[in-house]
Order: sequence, then structure tokens, then C-alpha cells
Amino acid sequence: MYYAIVFLPLIGFFIAGLLSFSHNNSKVDKAAQIITVSFISLAALMSAFAFIIHINDHSIIHIKLFDWIAVGSFIVSWSIYVDPVTRIMLIVICSVSALVHIYSIGYMSHDNSKPRFMAYLSLFTFAMLALVTADNFLQLFFGWEGVGLASYLLIGFWYKKSTANAASIKAFVVNRVGDFGLALGIFAIFYLFGTLDYQEVFYKAEALAAGTSNISSSIFFFGYEIGSLNLICFLLFIGAMGKSAQIFLHTWLPDAMEGPTPVSALIHAATMVTAGVFLIVRCSPMYDLAPDILSLITFVGATTAIFAASIGLVQNDIKRIIAYSTCSQLGYMFFAVGVGAYGAAMFHLFTHAFFKALLFLGAGSVIHAVNDEQDIRKMGGLSSYIPFTHMLMLIGTISLMGFPFTAGYYSKDAIIESAYLASSGFSSYAFIIGLLGVLMTSFYSWRLMFLTFNGTSRIEEKDISRIHESPNVMLIPLIILAIGALFSGYFFKDYFIGSNSELFWGNSIALHHHDEHHIPFLIYYAPMLLGFLGLFLAWYMYLKNKSIPGKIVKLNGPLYQFLLNKWYFDELYEFIFVRPAKAIGHFLWKVFDGRIIDGFGPDGIAKVVLDLSIRAKRIQSGYIYHYAFAILIGVSLFITYFIYRNL
Amino acid sequence: MIQLEQFLILSSLIFSIGVIGIFLNRKNVIIILMSIELILLAVNINLVSFSYFLGDLTGQIFALFVLTVAAAEAAIGLAILVVYNRNAGNIEIENINSLKG
Amino acid sequence: MTATLLSFYLFSTVILLSSLMVISSKNPVHSVLFLILTFFNTAGLFVILHAEFLAMILIIVYVGAVAVLFLFVVMMLDFNFSKSKENVLHYMPFGLFIGAVFICELIIVLINTKLDLANIQILTNPFSNFSEMTNTQALGSVLYTDYILYFQLSGVILLVAMIGSIVLTLRDRPGVRRQVISNQLERDASSTELKDVESGMGVDI
Repeated sequence: MYYAIVFLPLIGFFIAGLLSFSHNNSKVDKAAQIITVSFISLAALMSAFAFIIHINDHSIIHIKLFDWIAVGSFIVSWSIYVDPVTRIMLIVICSVSALVHIYSIGYMSHDNSKPRFMAYLSLFTFAMLALVTADNFLQLFFGWEGVGLASYLLIGFWYKKSTANAASIKAFVVNRVGDFGLALGIFAIFYLFGTLDYQEVFYKAEALAAGTSNISSSIFFFGYEIGSLNLICFLLFIGAMGKSAQIFLHTWLPDAMEGPTPVSALIHAATMVTAGVFLIVRCSPMYDLAPDILSLITFVGATTAIFAASIGLVQNDIKRIIAYSTCSQLGYMFFAVGVGAYGAAMFHLFTHAFFKALLFLGAGSVIHAVNDEQDIRKMGGLSSYIPFTHMLMLIGTISLMGFPFTAGYYSKDAIIESAYLASSGFSSYAFIIGLLGVLMTSFYSWRLMFLTFNGTSRIEEKDISRIHESPNVMLIPLIILAIGALFSGYFFKDYFIGSNSELFWGNSIALHHHDEHHIPFLIYYAPMLLGFLGLFLAWYMYLKNKSIPGKIVKLNGPLYQFLLNKWYFDELYEFIFVRPAKAIGHFLWKVFDGRIIDGFGPDGIAKVVLDLSIRAKRIQSGYIYHYAFAILIGVSLFITYFIYRNL
Repeated sequence: MIQLEQFLILSSLIFSIGVIGIFLNRKNVIIILMSIELILLAVNINLVSFSYFLGDLTGQIFALFVLTVAAAEAAIGLAILVVYNRNAGNIEIENINSLKG
Repeated sequence: MTATLLSFYLFSTVILLSSLMVISSKNPVHSVLFLILTFFNTAGLFVILHAEFLAMILIIVYVGAVAVLFLFVVMMLDFNFSKSKENVLHYMPFGLFIGAVFICELIIVLINTKLDLANIQILTNPFSNFSEMTNTQALGSVLYTDYILYFQLSGVILLVAMIGSIVLTLRDRPGVRRQVISNQLERDASSTELKDVESGMGVDI
């Protein structure tokens, strides 16, 4: 069964990839769609089945497929390693992927290269599955790079659009920074422990921390002596930051919205960006031994949460708002990990996948309805035209804001409570940020909803007649996701964070238990209340009294510009990294390579040879008597030489 | 009596005249062919005089072969000349430069 | 000063002068005639050197065949001698200088080289073996025995030269009627038409 889960998407990718060589053939398109959708759906059903039957036993299934690399004592095998963490990832990846596949049939119906799109989606799914089913760091790295590649291909899917190309390159390059950290971390692990296998590494790490190991507990890195575990965890966290778009490495995620909307839903909301969280949860036994790094993670995660939420407040592009929301929610997951609440982080990952995919796909449906308009200032009053989409978006939004008994309510509350209860570094900072973030999340979500669906329509007259509800093939996946967004929290909270958690997780993550009765009443209801406050504020500012936002902007002009320009991160990076890199590159290209290397190397030699040949060509005049004369001179010189020698 | 050196000087003079004839000639190719005949004649004089002064017959044998080859060469050369003249319309050396690179 | 020496100087003077004329005369016909004169005098030198057969061969082959061939070609090709190309002779002095240097060097080398002929022991066909034969007999007895392969090879060279000359100069002339014997023999009665020709009338073909 697990073989099928992992490899069905790969087969789907190969078939759809082959089919993509024929262009604009509706039968081929249909075949590619049916094959990939059915394969992924099968994998999704099987992963759901696996999740359900093992929900009460934390059994680990470990299948070694083959040895991938075997060099001396360094053996890396290709394997399928399924523990509760993997099972959660499997169901998230496969189900969201299957729904996105189905949704894409409708969303991409006007596109010319459907098989290519389906193939990329399947390739992504396979790489992601390879990532989560790895039993060692190298296979994880393979999957890590595979999803990076698929992400690059899908962001740049509309390769004729120059902004899409730029965004895909940006995503790839920014991810390289994180991947560099991850690769260094893996090197450090192998350097210290001599193996890349998870179980052995964690075992040896524990021995190292307990002082019963002969592995050196500190390591020289750039001339500084750093604790080995701290270094490894830090480097792995850099990788996680890149993939999960945490602050400083987040710039690629909003730009990645240039890709088709199903891609944003699948890769940039539900699955790939959570790979960083997955990595840290997977390595939780090791991270527990490095509390300094956990504090750092808390700090970075909390900062990302508030930073992305604050940008989300003022953005106008429907997809960008949701993208910053994703970034912010990933920050929540990270600081949950940072305070040791791995279960809560996974829980939020799980619920977030549903409601964020729902929001993205809903946004796609809106965009589809209004003919590729993405600016919410040019929407408004859409609820009467597309009521079904409106309802589904509403479900996603209340789940995101943490409306009671929806999925987001349970997972986000769990995170904030963990932050409150934790005593590790920055936990109180994270707690305050978490509460503030709830307010902001609620505000920008409802701002999005009100500007898009309520109020008076700001759409031009000629376009109104073209607004249409999306086809069923797009709405059905939304309904399924909506069910998940509403109920997944309620049904699974006991397993992830509640009474059954020990049975559910087993040894796969490091569990910490807090006494839940010491949470004050106000703290317990604070997230919910703040969520409603955000709702009220948004309602008041965007529906009741529409002049207020304008006044606020006028009063706080610099702040508004600061937020609207995303804290000027892009400009800062442009100034610090891009321009110097370009200048150095230009210098090396024009001066160093062009003038010095080429000038003295190939070009210079070629020039000299050409020059000499042109001169030598003149000697060859074609006249016989010239040759005879040359022979005579040569013979004369020879004779002269011999006479001179014999004198 | 006559010395070998006298013959050798004579033959080297004829050889030189032949060579100079090749590269100073500006009129037509047929003079070049004649110059080559002169060069071969110089060689023959050399061979025969060595044969005489060494008292060995081999030199004369080789002179015979050189004669044969010279005759063959003259025949081929003149044939080429005739064909060239037919194609180009003249055999002026200044115009024969199709070997030019 | 013996008669031999006298005749050597006579012959060699004529050879040098006439070979100079070969390369310097304006008219190619004159050049060929001077070439013939050179060959005749060289034949005289060969007689001095007791190579009577080679002397005769030189006259027969060179004068009788090669030089006549030259003359024939010169006369057959209609050269235009009227054009004088003085402008291309501007580096004639330099060429003559190099030639003179070459000649001087050759003579210097000859004078400085001491040839000790008496001690050379690599003789293969010494005259003493053929003391009672004429020069022609002696050459033949060596050529047809020791050098038979070379002799036949030179025959092949001549054959190649002959075929080569024919191939080079052969050309297909359009409009020339030739007798095709095979076509004539293939003819049968059906392809012929008999006509009664009345006297004095003729027929249309």
C-alpha cells in the first residue's frame, strides 16, 4: 500500500509527461487528467485509510527499497519510513494534492498545456512524498530539492509571462540560501555521527548530550567553537526557514503567487512550505537537546507571524493577502515548535492545510469568476453573483480566524496556550505576538472578505455580465476542503494534542505535557475574543464607515507605506545582495572573463593565429618561381651553415 | 689531366643556371621545363664523371635511369602544358597562380 | 695541354653559354635550339668520359625525342611574345645575387672538399670486370642482370607517362563522325530500306 502511495504519483508524472509532448489535443489532455487524477486520488484514499487504521497505535512501518549510495561505511538506502508524523503528512499531501488535481481540470480548462501542468503537479506530489517517507537525511534532501524544482517549474508555468519567470527564479534562488544551510547541516551530521539515518543520529545525539559518547560536543565553525548539536540544529533550521518562508527568507513566497492558483494552494499553502515544520518536528528529539536553537526558532517564528500579518493588513492583491497569511501561519507553527509543542505544530499544519487550501482555491474561483482580476479594490458585492464560492470562502475565513469549533480554533488555541505555558526563551514574547497575530489575522481575513464579496460592486459595468459561478469540478474539491476546515479540528484534537496524544504519537516526536488547568479564564478565551474584535473592526471600517481606512492611512502615511512595501525587504535585499552581486557578476563577465581570460586566452590566441595566417598567406603566392626561389634560399642557407661549421 | 673537380664545377654551374632559370623566368612554363632538363643534365654529368673517376659502372646505369625519368617527366609536363593552354588560353607564368592560398 | 683537356674546355664553354641562352632568350624556339646544342656538347663530354653508350642515348633520346617534343609543343602552341613585362623584373638583381651566392658556395664546397678517390672501397661494378667489353656490352651485362627490376620499373614509368600524356590530352570532340563497328554489325535486314534509284534522280534521305 505504501509503495502505491509513493509511486503512483511518479507513474502519473511519467505518463502525463509523455503525453505533454502532444499539443492541443483534447483527447490527450483528457487522458492525462484522468490518469493523474485517478492515481493521486487512489493514493489519497490509501493514505487516509492508513491514517485511520493506525490512529490508535503508533506503529512504525519501515520498508527498505534498495541501497541508494553505498561507499565504504557510508550507506544510504532508499526507503519508506512511515510513523505517525509521516502519516499526517501523507494524508495532507495526498488529499490536498488530489483535490487540487481535480480543481485544476476546471481551473486550467483554457490552458494549452494541461498534460504538462498535471505532470508537474504529480512530480511535485512524488517529491513531497519522497521527502516525508525518508528514513535518512539524504533522501529527505532529495525530496527537498525535488519539491523545490517542482515549485520552480510551476511558478514559472506561464513561462511567457516575464513576471512569472522572475518569480520562479527568485523562489529558486532564495530557496538555495536555505538549502545551503540544510546541506551544511547534513554534512555536519555526517561529519559528527558518521551516519545519516534518523534513528541512529537521534540515538547518538542523545548519547552526545548525556556525555556518554566519544563524539566531540563542540565543533569549530568559521573559527568559532560552537556546540555540535546547536550547530546542526541551527543549520537545519536555516534550511527550514528557506523552505517555509520565514522572515529574512520569506521574500519568494508572495512573488510565487505568479503561478497558477492551484499551485499556490498545493505548494505554497498546504504542503511544500510546511516541509520546514516537518523537518524540525521530525528532528524533534535532537532539537529538544538544543534549547538555545529552540529559543531562536520561537523568536523567528513569532516575528514572522506578526511581520507577515502586518503586511497582510494593507495588501490589495487577493492572492498576496492569503500568501502573507500563509507566511504568518507558518510563523505560528514555528513558534509552536520552538516552545516544544510539536504536536500542536503538527495539528496546526494539518488544519491549516485544509483551510488555507480552501481559501486559495476559493480565491482561484473568485479570480476565475471575474476574469483574472486579482485586485480586491476592483471587486466588491460578489456574494450575489457567486454565492457558493462566497459561502465556501466564508468557511475558510472563520476557520482561519479561529471561530469556535472550527479547525483553526483548536489548533491555534493550542499553540497560543503552549506558548503561554512554556518556560523556554522568548515564549512570553511568542504568546503576546500570537494574540496580536490573531487580531490581525482576523482583521485582514475579514477585510478581504468584505472588500471582495460585500458592499457595492466596484467592477466595471461591461465586466459584470461575465461574472459566473465556477463549474462543479472546481466546487466539489472546495466542498471537501470546507468539510475538513470545519471538522478536522474537532475530530482529531484528542489525537494530536489531547488525551490520546501519547497513543497517537508514540516515540515519533518529543512530547511535553503541561497541566492544562492552570490556564486563566481570560487567556483561554482571549484568542477567540480577539478574533471577534478583528471581525468587528473590519466590519466597522470596511462596511459601516468606509472613510476610516482612508483617515488612518492619512494619519499614518509612513507606516502605511512601510507596510504596503512589505517592510522594504525586497528593496533592502536589492540593495544589499542583488546589486552588488550584479555588479560583481558584470565585472567578472565583462572585465575579468571578457577582457582578461578571453582577451589573453581563446580570443587572443585566435587573433594572433589569424594575424600570422594572414601574413603567412602572402608567402603562398601561387607562383612557381616564388617557391623555387624559396627552395634556393633554403639550400643556400644550409650550405652556408655547413661551410661555417667546417671552417 | 682533367680532374674530377672540373666536371663537378661544370655540373654545379649548369645546375645553378637551371635553378636560376626556374625562378627568374617570366615568359612561359616551357622554359621552366627546359630548366628542369638542364638540372637533370647536370646530375647526369655528375653521375657519369664519378663513374669514370671511380672506375665503377654503376654511375652510368643511374644516369640511364635518370634519363628515362627525365623523358617521362618531359612528356607528362608537356601534356599538362597543352591541356592547360587549352583551358586557360595561355601559359604565361604570371597567370598561373591557382595554387594561391 | 692535351687534346682531351682542350676538348673538355671547348665543350664545357659551349654548354655553359648555350644553357645561359636557354634561360635568357626571348623566343622559346631559340631556347629549344640552344637546349639541343647543350645536349650535343654534353654528349661530347660523355665521350671524353668513355661513356659512349650514354652519349649516343643522350643524342637519340634527348635530341631526337625530348627536344623535338619541346620544339613541337612550342610551335604548336601559339604564344604571344609581343608582351614585354618589364615591371615584373624589378627584383631580378636580388634573384641573380642569390643565384651567384649559391654558385659560389657550391664551388667553395667543392674546392674545400678533399676527395680521396683511390681509397674508396664500395665499388660494385668496377671497370676491371669489363676490361675486354665495349661500353655498351658492359652496361647491358649489368643492366639486364643486377638492375633488371629497376630497368623494368623504368619501363613502367615510361608506360605511365605515355598513358598519362594520352589521357591528359585526349578530348571528346563533338560533331566528329566515327565508325562504330558494333553498330554496323548489329544491323539486320529490317532496319534497312532498299530503294530503286533511277539514274540521274537521286533520293531523299
